Amino acid sequence: MNADTLIRIFTIIAPLSLASFGGASSIYAPMQHEVVDIEKWITAREFLDLFAISRAMPGPGSLFCTLVGWQVAGLAGAIIASIAIYLPSSLVVYGVGHVWSRHRGKRWHNALEKGLNPLGAGLLFAGVVTLAKLASDGFLPIAIIGVVCALNVWKPKIHPVIFLISGGALCYGAYAFA
Amino acid sequence: MDQTRRVPLSEIYRTFFVIGLFSFGGGLVSWIYRDTVDVRKWMSREDFLPGVALAQVMPGVSSTNCAIYVGQILRGWLGALTAITAMLSAPFLISLAAAWAYKSLLHIPGFQETMIGVAAAAIGMLMRTGVEAARPQIRDISAMAVMIASFLAVGVFRFPLVPVICVMGPISVALAWPSAKAEGAK
Repeated sequence: MNADTLIRIFTIIAPLSLASFGGASSIYAPMQHEVVDIEKWITAREFLDLFAISRAMPGPGSLFCTLVGWQVAGLAGAIIASIAIYLPSSLVVYGVGHVWSRHRGKRWHNALEKGLNPLGAGLLFAGVVTLAKLASDGFLPIAIIGVVCALNVWKPKIHPVIFLISGGALCYGAYAFA
Repeated sequence: MDQTRRVPLSEIYRTFFVIGLFSFGGGLVSWIYRDTVDVRKWMSREDFLPGVALAQVMPGVSSTNCAIYVGQILRGWLGALTAITAMLSAPFLISLAAAWAYKSLLHIPGFQETMIGVAAAAIGMLMRTGVEAARPQIRDISAMAVMIASFLAVGVFRFPLVPVICVMGPISVALAWPSAKAEGAK
Protein backbone atom coordinates (compact mmCIF):
# COMPACT_ATOMS: atom_id res chain seq x y z
CA MET A 1 0.00 0.00 0.00
CA ASN A 2 2.65 2.47 1.05
CA ALA A 3 4.95 1.56 -1.82
CA ASP A 4 2.03 1.94 -4.20
CA THR A 5 1.39 5.43 -2.88
CA LEU A 6 5.02 6.38 -3.34
CA ILE A 7 5.04 5.10 -6.91
CA ARG A 8 1.83 6.99 -7.59
CA ILE A 9 3.32 10.21 -6.18
CA PHE A 10 6.24 9.77 -8.54
CA THR A 11 4.14 8.99 -11.61
CA ILE A 12 1.89 11.99 -10.99
CA ILE A 13 4.66 14.51 -10.44
CA ALA A 14 7.46 13.40 -12.79
CA PRO A 15 5.55 14.16 -16.04
CA LEU A 16 4.56 17.55 -14.61
CA SER A 17 8.24 18.27 -14.03
CA LEU A 18 8.87 17.99 -17.77
CA ALA A 19 5.83 20.14 -18.49
CA SER A 20 6.54 22.84 -15.90
CA PHE A 21 7.26 25.64 -18.35
CA GLY A 22 7.43 28.95 -16.56
CA GLY A 23 8.26 27.28 -13.23
CA ALA A 24 6.21 25.90 -10.38
CA SER A 25 3.09 27.95 -11.05
CA SER A 26 2.21 25.90 -14.13
CA ILE A 27 1.71 22.75 -12.06
CA TYR A 28 -0.78 24.00 -9.45
CA ALA A 29 -3.82 23.30 -11.64
CA PRO A 30 -2.86 19.72 -12.59
CA MET A 31 -1.59 18.97 -9.07
CA GLN A 32 -4.87 20.11 -7.54
CA HIS A 33 -6.76 17.94 -10.00
CA GLU A 34 -4.69 14.81 -9.34
CA VAL A 35 -4.03 15.08 -5.63
CA VAL A 36 -7.26 16.64 -4.36
CA ASP A 37 -9.95 15.69 -6.91
CA ILE A 38 -8.83 12.26 -8.12
CA GLU A 39 -6.67 10.67 -5.41
CA LYS A 40 -8.32 12.58 -2.55
CA TRP A 41 -5.03 12.38 -0.63
CA ILE A 42 -5.43 15.85 0.82
CA THR A 43 -8.31 18.32 1.10
CA ALA A 44 -8.59 21.53 -0.90
CA ARG A 45 -7.90 23.37 2.35
CA GLU A 46 -4.67 21.48 3.00
CA PHE A 47 -3.63 22.04 -0.61
CA LEU A 48 -4.00 25.78 -0.15
CA ASP A 49 -2.22 25.72 3.22
CA LEU A 50 0.73 23.81 1.77
CA PHE A 51 0.92 26.34 -1.05
CA ALA A 52 1.00 29.15 1.53
CA ILE A 53 3.77 27.38 3.49
CA SER A 54 5.84 26.79 0.36
CA ARG A 55 5.65 30.49 -0.45
CA ALA A 56 6.39 31.66 3.08
CA MET A 57 9.49 29.49 3.42
CA PRO A 58 12.75 29.95 1.50
CA GLY A 59 13.30 27.92 -1.65
CA PRO A 60 11.74 27.62 -5.09
CA GLY A 61 7.96 27.36 -5.37
CA SER A 62 8.19 23.78 -6.55
CA LEU A 63 9.10 22.72 -3.01
CA PHE A 64 5.32 22.72 -2.82
CA CYS A 65 5.52 19.20 -4.30
CA THR A 66 7.83 18.19 -1.47
CA LEU A 67 5.24 19.38 1.04
CA VAL A 68 2.46 17.49 -0.70
CA GLY A 69 4.64 14.36 -0.63
CA TRP A 70 5.27 14.90 3.07
CA GLN A 71 1.59 15.38 3.85
CA VAL A 72 0.63 12.25 1.90
CA ALA A 73 3.40 9.82 2.86
CA GLY A 74 5.77 11.37 5.38
CA LEU A 75 9.51 11.68 4.85
CA ALA A 76 9.64 9.03 2.12
CA GLY A 77 6.86 10.89 0.31
CA ALA A 78 8.73 14.17 0.61
CA ILE A 79 11.92 12.67 -0.83
CA ILE A 80 10.15 10.86 -3.69
CA ALA A 81 8.13 13.98 -4.56
CA SER A 82 11.30 16.12 -4.58
CA ILE A 83 13.10 13.71 -6.89
CA ALA A 84 10.03 13.56 -9.12
CA ILE A 85 9.75 17.33 -9.52
CA TYR A 86 13.46 18.16 -9.82
CA LEU A 87 15.14 15.22 -11.52
CA PRO A 88 13.36 15.08 -14.92
CA SER A 89 13.55 18.81 -15.68
CA SER A 90 17.13 18.96 -14.35
CA LEU A 91 18.20 16.15 -16.68
CA VAL A 92 16.73 18.08 -19.60
CA VAL A 93 18.57 21.26 -18.61
CA TYR A 94 21.78 19.30 -18.15
CA GLY A 95 21.39 17.56 -21.50
CA VAL A 96 20.52 20.69 -23.42
CA GLY A 97 23.07 22.82 -21.57
CA HIS A 98 26.03 21.52 -23.61
CA VAL A 99 24.40 22.20 -26.95
CA TRP A 100 22.92 25.46 -25.78
CA SER A 101 26.12 27.24 -24.72
CA ARG A 102 27.89 26.08 -27.90
CA HIS A 103 25.18 27.60 -30.12
CA ARG A 104 24.64 30.80 -28.18
CA GLY A 105 22.79 33.62 -29.92
CA LYS A 106 21.31 31.38 -32.61
CA ARG A 107 17.92 32.04 -34.07
CA TRP A 108 16.31 28.95 -32.56
CA HIS A 109 17.20 30.19 -29.07
CA ASN A 110 15.19 33.30 -29.69
CA ALA A 111 12.32 31.33 -31.24
CA LEU A 112 12.16 29.02 -28.20
CA GLU A 113 12.17 31.99 -25.85
CA LYS A 114 9.54 33.88 -27.77
CA GLY A 115 7.38 30.79 -28.21
CA LEU A 116 7.57 29.38 -24.70
CA ASN A 117 7.27 32.59 -22.69
CA PRO A 118 3.60 33.22 -23.52
CA LEU A 119 2.86 29.56 -22.85
CA GLY A 120 4.43 29.88 -19.39
CA ALA A 121 2.49 33.09 -18.73
CA GLY A 122 -0.82 31.44 -19.64
CA LEU A 123 -0.10 28.46 -17.39
CA LEU A 124 0.82 30.81 -14.56
CA PHE A 125 -2.60 32.43 -14.76
CA ALA A 126 -4.17 28.97 -14.80
CA GLY A 127 -2.36 28.32 -11.51
CA VAL A 128 -3.52 31.62 -10.08
CA VAL A 129 -7.16 30.87 -10.93
CA THR A 130 -6.96 27.37 -9.46
CA LEU A 131 -5.55 28.68 -6.19
CA ALA A 132 -7.83 31.71 -6.06
CA LYS A 133 -10.88 29.44 -6.32
CA LEU A 134 -9.65 27.48 -3.30
CA ALA A 135 -9.03 30.68 -1.35
CA SER A 136 -12.21 32.53 -2.30
CA ASP A 137 -13.87 31.93 1.02
CA GLY A 138 -15.72 35.21 1.37
CA PHE A 139 -14.79 38.70 0.26
CA LEU A 140 -11.62 39.30 2.27
CA PRO A 141 -9.25 36.77 0.62
CA ILE A 142 -10.26 37.98 -2.84
CA ALA A 143 -9.64 41.58 -1.80
CA ILE A 144 -6.22 40.58 -0.42
CA ILE A 145 -5.29 38.86 -3.70
CA GLY A 146 -6.20 41.97 -5.68
CA VAL A 147 -4.60 44.49 -3.37
CA VAL A 148 -1.36 42.53 -2.96
CA CYS A 149 -1.10 42.12 -6.73
CA ALA A 150 -1.66 45.83 -7.33
CA LEU A 151 0.70 46.92 -4.55
CA ASN A 152 3.35 44.55 -5.81
CA VAL A 153 3.12 45.89 -9.35
CA TRP A 154 3.32 49.42 -7.98
CA LYS A 155 6.12 48.82 -5.46
CA PRO A 156 8.08 45.70 -6.43
CA LYS A 157 10.68 46.27 -3.70
CA ILE A 158 8.36 45.46 -0.81
CA HIS A 159 9.59 42.24 0.79
CA PRO A 160 7.30 39.24 0.15
CA VAL A 161 7.25 38.33 3.85
CA ILE A 162 5.57 41.66 4.63
CA PHE A 163 2.70 40.78 2.29
CA LEU A 164 2.35 37.28 3.73
CA ILE A 165 2.27 38.51 7.33
CA SER A 166 -0.19 41.32 6.51
CA GLY A 167 -2.51 38.93 4.67
CA GLY A 168 -2.47 36.49 7.58
CA ALA A 169 -2.96 39.25 10.14
CA LEU A 170 -5.92 40.70 8.24
CA CYS A 171 -7.71 37.37 8.06
CA TYR A 172 -6.94 36.58 11.67
CA GLY A 173 -8.29 40.00 12.64
CA ALA A 174 -11.47 39.39 10.66
CA TYR A 175 -11.86 36.06 12.46
CA ALA A 176 -11.09 37.41 15.93
CA PHE A 177 -13.35 40.45 15.71
CA ALA A 178 -16.20 38.88 13.76
CA MET B 1 34.62 27.08 -21.25
CA ASP B 2 38.29 27.27 -20.38
CA GLN B 3 39.03 25.96 -16.94
CA THR B 4 41.58 28.39 -15.58
CA ARG B 5 40.96 27.12 -12.06
CA ARG B 6 39.08 24.07 -10.85
CA VAL B 7 36.49 25.31 -8.40
CA PRO B 8 36.29 22.85 -5.47
CA LEU B 9 32.92 21.13 -5.05
CA SER B 10 32.87 22.22 -1.42
CA GLU B 11 32.98 25.86 -2.53
CA ILE B 12 30.17 25.27 -5.02
CA TYR B 13 28.17 23.66 -2.23
CA ARG B 14 28.80 26.49 0.20
CA THR B 15 27.88 29.20 -2.31
CA PHE B 16 24.63 27.62 -3.46
CA PHE B 17 23.68 26.57 0.05
CA VAL B 18 23.67 30.21 1.14
CA ILE B 19 21.75 31.30 -1.97
CA GLY B 20 19.12 28.62 -1.28
CA LEU B 21 18.86 29.49 2.39
CA PHE B 22 18.01 33.13 1.75
CA SER B 23 15.92 32.61 -1.36
CA PHE B 24 12.64 34.40 -0.93
CA GLY B 25 10.34 35.29 -3.79
CA GLY B 26 12.37 35.19 -6.97
CA GLY B 27 15.23 37.27 -8.33
CA LEU B 28 17.58 34.38 -7.64
CA VAL B 29 19.16 34.19 -11.07
CA SER B 30 20.64 37.66 -10.65
CA TRP B 31 21.93 36.62 -7.24
CA ILE B 32 23.63 33.56 -8.73
CA TYR B 33 25.14 35.88 -11.35
CA ARG B 34 26.52 38.24 -8.72
CA ASP B 35 28.00 35.44 -6.62
CA THR B 36 29.55 33.36 -9.38
CA VAL B 37 30.58 36.02 -11.91
CA ASP B 38 31.10 39.29 -10.03
CA VAL B 39 32.23 38.18 -6.59
CA ARG B 40 33.97 34.83 -7.10
CA LYS B 41 34.91 35.24 -10.78
CA TRP B 42 34.29 31.56 -11.45
CA MET B 43 33.19 32.28 -15.00
CA SER B 44 32.88 35.11 -17.48
CA ARG B 45 29.74 37.07 -18.13
CA GLU B 46 29.70 35.61 -21.66
CA ASP B 47 29.68 32.09 -20.25
CA PHE B 48 26.95 32.87 -17.76
CA LEU B 49 24.41 34.73 -19.89
CA PRO B 50 23.28 31.87 -22.17
CA GLY B 51 22.38 30.03 -18.97
CA VAL B 52 19.84 32.70 -18.06
CA ALA B 53 17.87 32.11 -21.24
CA LEU B 54 18.28 28.35 -20.94
CA ALA B 55 17.03 28.35 -17.35
CA GLN B 56 14.01 30.38 -18.41
CA VAL B 57 13.10 28.36 -21.48
CA MET B 58 13.51 24.85 -20.09
CA PRO B 59 10.88 23.24 -17.87
CA GLY B 60 11.45 23.62 -14.14
CA VAL B 61 12.24 26.52 -11.87
CA SER B 62 14.62 29.05 -13.42
CA SER B 63 16.78 29.38 -10.30
CA THR B 64 17.51 25.67 -9.93
CA ASN B 65 17.94 25.34 -13.69
CA CYS B 66 20.49 28.15 -13.56
CA ALA B 67 22.30 26.41 -10.69
CA ILE B 68 22.55 23.25 -12.80
CA TYR B 69 23.93 25.21 -15.74
CA VAL B 70 26.58 26.93 -13.63
CA GLY B 71 27.52 23.73 -11.80
CA GLN B 72 27.83 21.94 -15.12
CA ILE B 73 30.16 24.56 -16.57
CA LEU B 74 32.33 24.54 -13.45
CA ARG B 75 32.61 20.83 -12.75
CA GLY B 76 30.48 18.78 -15.15
CA TRP B 77 27.71 16.53 -13.82
CA LEU B 78 29.20 16.45 -10.32
CA GLY B 79 29.15 20.22 -10.23
CA ALA B 80 25.55 20.33 -11.42
CA LEU B 81 24.48 17.77 -8.83
CA THR B 82 26.36 19.63 -6.09
CA ALA B 83 24.86 22.99 -7.01
CA ILE B 84 21.22 21.85 -7.08
CA THR B 85 21.57 19.71 -3.94
CA ALA B 86 23.19 22.62 -2.11
CA MET B 87 20.54 25.04 -3.24
CA LEU B 88 17.68 22.79 -2.12
CA SER B 89 19.03 21.29 1.10
CA ALA B 90 18.27 24.15 3.49
CA PRO B 91 14.82 24.99 2.00
CA PHE B 92 13.94 21.28 2.00
CA LEU B 93 14.58 20.91 5.73
CA ILE B 94 13.05 24.26 6.65
CA SER B 95 9.89 23.55 4.65
CA LEU B 96 9.49 20.12 6.23
CA ALA B 97 9.90 21.64 9.68
CA ALA B 98 7.22 24.19 8.78
CA ALA B 99 4.89 21.48 7.47
CA TRP B 100 5.43 19.51 10.67
CA ALA B 101 4.67 22.58 12.78
CA TYR B 102 1.62 23.23 10.61
CA LYS B 103 0.04 19.92 11.62
CA SER B 104 0.35 20.73 15.31
CA LEU B 105 -0.93 24.29 14.87
CA LEU B 106 -4.10 23.23 13.03
CA HIS B 107 -6.21 22.94 16.18
CA ILE B 108 -5.46 26.51 17.32
CA PRO B 109 -8.57 28.66 16.84
CA GLY B 110 -8.12 31.13 14.02
CA PHE B 111 -5.11 29.36 12.53
CA GLN B 112 -7.00 28.14 9.46
CA GLU B 113 -8.37 31.63 8.85
CA THR B 114 -4.89 33.10 9.16
CA MET B 115 -3.51 30.60 6.65
CA ILE B 116 -6.12 31.67 4.09
CA GLY B 117 -4.87 35.24 4.42
CA VAL B 118 -1.26 34.12 3.94
CA ALA B 119 -2.28 32.05 0.91
CA ALA B 120 -4.26 34.96 -0.55
CA ALA B 121 -1.23 37.25 -0.24
CA ALA B 122 0.93 34.60 -1.91
CA ILE B 123 -1.60 34.26 -4.73
CA GLY B 124 -1.56 38.04 -5.16
CA MET B 125 2.22 37.99 -5.56
CA LEU B 126 1.98 35.11 -8.01
CA MET B 127 -0.56 37.11 -10.00
CA ARG B 128 1.86 40.01 -10.15
CA THR B 129 4.50 37.68 -11.62
CA GLY B 130 1.85 36.74 -14.18
CA VAL B 131 1.20 40.38 -15.01
CA GLU B 132 4.93 40.94 -15.55
CA ALA B 133 5.15 37.83 -17.73
CA ALA B 134 2.11 38.90 -19.75
CA ARG B 135 3.27 42.46 -20.41
CA PRO B 136 5.77 41.69 -23.21
CA GLN B 137 3.16 39.53 -24.99
CA ILE B 138 0.55 42.27 -25.33
CA ARG B 139 1.75 43.75 -28.60
CA ASP B 140 2.13 40.38 -30.28
CA ILE B 141 -1.17 38.86 -31.45
CA SER B 142 0.04 35.27 -31.79
CA ALA B 143 1.75 35.39 -28.39
CA MET B 144 -1.45 36.72 -26.83
CA ALA B 145 -3.43 33.94 -28.51
CA VAL B 146 -1.06 31.29 -27.15
CA MET B 147 -1.19 32.80 -23.69
CA ILE B 148 -4.97 32.93 -23.57
CA ALA B 149 -5.38 29.49 -25.14
CA SER B 150 -3.01 27.83 -22.66
CA PHE B 151 -4.71 29.61 -19.78
CA LEU B 152 -8.16 28.49 -20.90
CA ALA B 153 -7.06 24.92 -21.66
CA VAL B 154 -5.45 24.26 -18.28
CA GLY B 155 -7.09 26.80 -15.98
CA VAL B 156 -10.70 26.74 -17.16
CA PHE B 157 -11.30 23.55 -19.16
CA ARG B 158 -8.92 21.57 -16.94
CA PHE B 159 -7.22 19.74 -19.79
CA PRO B 160 -4.22 17.72 -18.60
CA LEU B 161 -0.99 19.72 -18.71
CA VAL B 162 1.27 17.33 -20.62
CA PRO B 163 -0.85 17.01 -23.80
CA VAL B 164 -1.50 20.76 -23.75
CA ILE B 165 2.25 21.41 -23.70
CA CYS B 166 2.87 18.85 -26.45
CA VAL B 167 0.34 20.57 -28.73
CA MET B 168 0.78 24.23 -27.77
CA GLY B 169 4.57 24.22 -27.39
CA PRO B 170 5.46 23.39 -31.02
CA ILE B 171 2.65 25.61 -32.36
CA SER B 172 3.84 28.55 -30.28
CA VAL B 173 7.50 28.14 -31.25
CA ALA B 174 6.51 27.82 -34.92
CA LEU B 175 4.43 31.02 -34.65
CA ALA B 176 7.40 32.81 -33.10
CA TRP B 177 9.88 31.56 -35.71
CA PRO B 178 9.34 34.19 -38.43
CA SER B 179 10.03 37.06 -36.01
CA ALA B 180 12.89 35.31 -34.18
CA LYS B 181 16.34 36.81 -34.63
CA ALA B 182 19.86 35.58 -34.31
CA GLU B 183 21.72 37.79 -31.88
CA GLY B 184 24.96 38.80 -33.58
CA ALA B 185 26.98 36.02 -35.18
CA LYS B 186 29.60 34.50 -32.90
